[in-house]
Amino acid sequence: MTERKVPLVAMSQVTRRFPGVLALDHVDFELLAGEVHVLFGENGAGKSTLISILSGVYPPSSGRMTIDGEAVAFSSVSDARERGIAAVFQEFSLVPTLSVAKNIFLGSEPMAGPFIDHARMEREARALFERLRFDIDVRATVGSLSRAQQQMTELAKAVHAEARILILDEPTASLTEHETATLFRIVGEARARGVGIVYISHRIQEFAQIADRVTVLRDGRHIGTVPIAEATHKRLVEMMTGRASGDIYPAIRRPEAPATVMALRGLSAGTLRDIDIEIRAGEVLSVAGLVGSGKSRAFRVALGLLPISGGRVMLRNRDVTGWPTRKLLREGVFYLPPDRKAEGLMLSATARQNLNLGLLFRSDVSGAGGLSRSRMRVLTDGIARQVDLTEAFMERLTGNLSGGNQQKALFGKGFGQDYDIYIFDEPTVGVDIGTRAVLYRLIRDIAEAGKAVVVISSDLPEAMNLAHRLVVFANGRVSAELTGDAINESTVLKAFFAMDEVAA
Amino acid sequence: MTVRAQTLGEAGRPAASPLRIVTLLFLRAGVLPFFLVAALVIFSIAAPHFCTVQNLTDVARQSVYLVLVSLGQMLVLITGGFDLSVGTAIALTSVVSATVMVAAHGVFPHAEGLVIALGLLGGLCAALVIGVANGIGVSVFGVSPFIMTLGVQSVGAGIALFLTGGVPIGNLPDAFGDILGFGRIAGIPVPVLVALVAMIVMWVVMNRMRMGAQIYAVGGNVKAAHLSGIHTGRTLFIAYLACAVLASIAGMLLTARVNSGETDLGSSIALQSIAACVIAGVSLRGGIGRVESVVLGAFFITLVQNGMDVMQVGSYMQMVLLGSLLIVAVIVDQLRYRMLLGRS
Repeated sequence: MTERKVPLVAMSQVTRRFPGVLALDHVDFELLAGEVHVLFGENGAGKSTLISILSGVYPPSSGRMTIDGEAVAFSSVSDARERGIAAVFQEFSLVPTLSVAKNIFLGSEPMAGPFIDHARMEREARALFERLRFDIDVRATVGSLSRAQQQMTELAKAVHAEARILILDEPTASLTEHETATLFRIVGEARARGVGIVYISHRIQEFAQIADRVTVLRDGRHIGTVPIAEATHKRLVEMMTGRASGDIYPAIRRPEAPATVMALRGLSAGTLRDIDIEIRAGEVLSVAGLVGSGKSRAFRVALGLLPISGGRVMLRNRDVTGWPTRKLLREGVFYLPPDRKAEGLMLSATARQNLNLGLLFRSDVSGAGGLSRSRMRVLTDGIARQVDLTEAFMERLTGNLSGGNQQKALFGKGFGQDYDIYIFDEPTVGVDIGTRAVLYRLIRDIAEAGKAVVVISSDLPEAMNLAHRLVVFANGRVSAELTGDAINESTVLKAFFAMDEVAA
Repeated sequence: MTVRAQTLGEAGRPAASPLRIVTLLFLRAGVLPFFLVAALVIFSIAAPHFCTVQNLTDVARQSVYLVLVSLGQMLVLITGGFDLSVGTAIALTSVVSATVMVAAHGVFPHAEGLVIALGLLGGLCAALVIGVANGIGVSVFGVSPFIMTLGVQSVGAGIALFLTGGVPIGNLPDAFGDILGFGRIAGIPVPVLVALVAMIVMWVVMNRMRMGAQIYAVGGNVKAAHLSGIHTGRTLFIAYLACAVLASIAGMLLTARVNSGETDLGSSIALQSIAACVIAGVSLRGGIGRVESVVLGAFFITLVQNGMDVMQVGSYMQMVLLGSLLIVAVIVDQLRYRMLLGRS
């Protein structure tokens, strides 16, 4: 570092507003050629917004961006692609109905005159996968591939673009250790060619192997950029959370001998096989596993949201296998869906109207004269206080609230009625740190009141810190059940990949 | 005996092979092959002169108009939308081209070729207006295709009726009907030739050109297409425009056939073209559909109508059967889509 190189990308004072949210607040970011630059931060810290701006998905509200020292303003993804930027998003940019080869060449098909050269396309796609040492049928329809194979296709698509700037958003989320090693080899090769790589990841141990620098974001602000040599685990977590690590998770008392209230026995459905899980009153059960491991699907099957093919679901020693969801909810099971926008909330209704939905089947609310407005108002005010949802937000349209307030409203639906079993599927996804602390305290209160709590989470620290007992899913099976001191990162991560090792 | 033993042996395995072939055929081509075989068998038994070369040639000739409209409808369906205004595009083409021809005949009484050319151009322009309106509504303003094309359908039908007062426009140049309606080149009827050219062009566009790839991509996953640098708005726009153009061509051929400009030429074609596409395996969710299947689908619908005519099924009952067929096809389409994409 004798002389100052012109950075490949420099973003300065970049701000992005969405209705009701300041997603990025005057952020500076710099990427050098031949560098792996990790973006680190909580869900909702602004990482995705930053890379969306860099890859031309949407423009910044203010701020400037230069490439090779030259000011740029992208009006579309194709603009950014022309400047050599390729992105691999978490939500795949693949068309499920097209073949692997067609997806890779989408938007840049090899042409013979006015016609697409299919033979060359397949040949080059095959060569590309050979070079990357991935085994995949380039003619297969993407929709029929596994998640890991889709991830590889997505990556191949970016590599194929011969980008100078490569953006990888949580690329290892659905990969096995072996596939992750392949990914790192490809990233290393790209870096050696002088490609600048922006790499988003939560997994410190993992990115420590390949990163050069780490930039930490929190609540849309740039907290700091440190070389990897100075980025200890402790320091990064402190920068990320803004406090010493560990204190957002409350201690949760566990009863002496919790009674089983619900159980999945030998449950099978689709790729799920022989799932046995007991859910006990007063206990927090965490469910961890990679995306696509079946951890969420198992509970959706049990709740009648997906078809079941074998095994039984027991509720208070009653066989409720195949019951419709509606009936199970009336029997005292609360389910918090993982995607609040798609499944959880009426976005075009106010927060209060959403909370009202949770009251609909209370006998003291609906009488002979219809629903009691005043009674509902009193109740929803109480719920709002309980979940820490500010009065002013109650009459706002839910779609305009921040992710954190939306999640509070969603939690609030669980307090409209007296439930015995709470199943939280990704309870804090895309939520800021302050709200997370609130939600964790709510989970503690529910458990300590003697209710059974299930926390299905892709956020490993969350799953581990809340759990009295922890179940790990891998490839559609339960690969480990851990309690107490046995719950630590190495045992859990080992269980994540347990089935692959058996299969290999 | 050996053959029999072998068949039994195969059937004994977990995946019986005839069933597998049927499943694969179903996944590749949809319900159409099964429907087609069923229709041929039923009509042949019920009406002996159904399965003659003469009758089947007639069916092929009658199906030309539906083939053209269905090809356009397919484009729009693959993008994940649909076009309810194809009938209006036909009616407007018919009425406007006839009006222009009559007017042009007054100005250039001796130039029949010019009169016809002007008429066709006028008709095409009328349909282009419809396509542009649909395209802008859906791609720029994000109106749902259902509402947009339903609205345009009403507007266009109203204009066609207003222009004519509901009375057919006759006195078209003789050459118009003689060539486009009943003419033959090398023994092949002109409408059939036009449809053949349209089929080939569409096949090439959808399978060999970048435009086709983009249409499939937009329908398969609009966000992914956008992230792949595809101009999704323009792609949608072109699909609606091309759909109107294909309907317009069908309108011209129909006008030549009946030798007058009429407002009710395409009254039931929206439903029929959607039925033809869906039966041919075009997914209502977008992203899936093949040109050759759609041609066969349109042929099938015409075949069923012809068969029911031969069997002397009344036109009211025909409506009932056609609607039922469409619903059955959609239900089966759901099943196929789930099987095709396997894991949720």
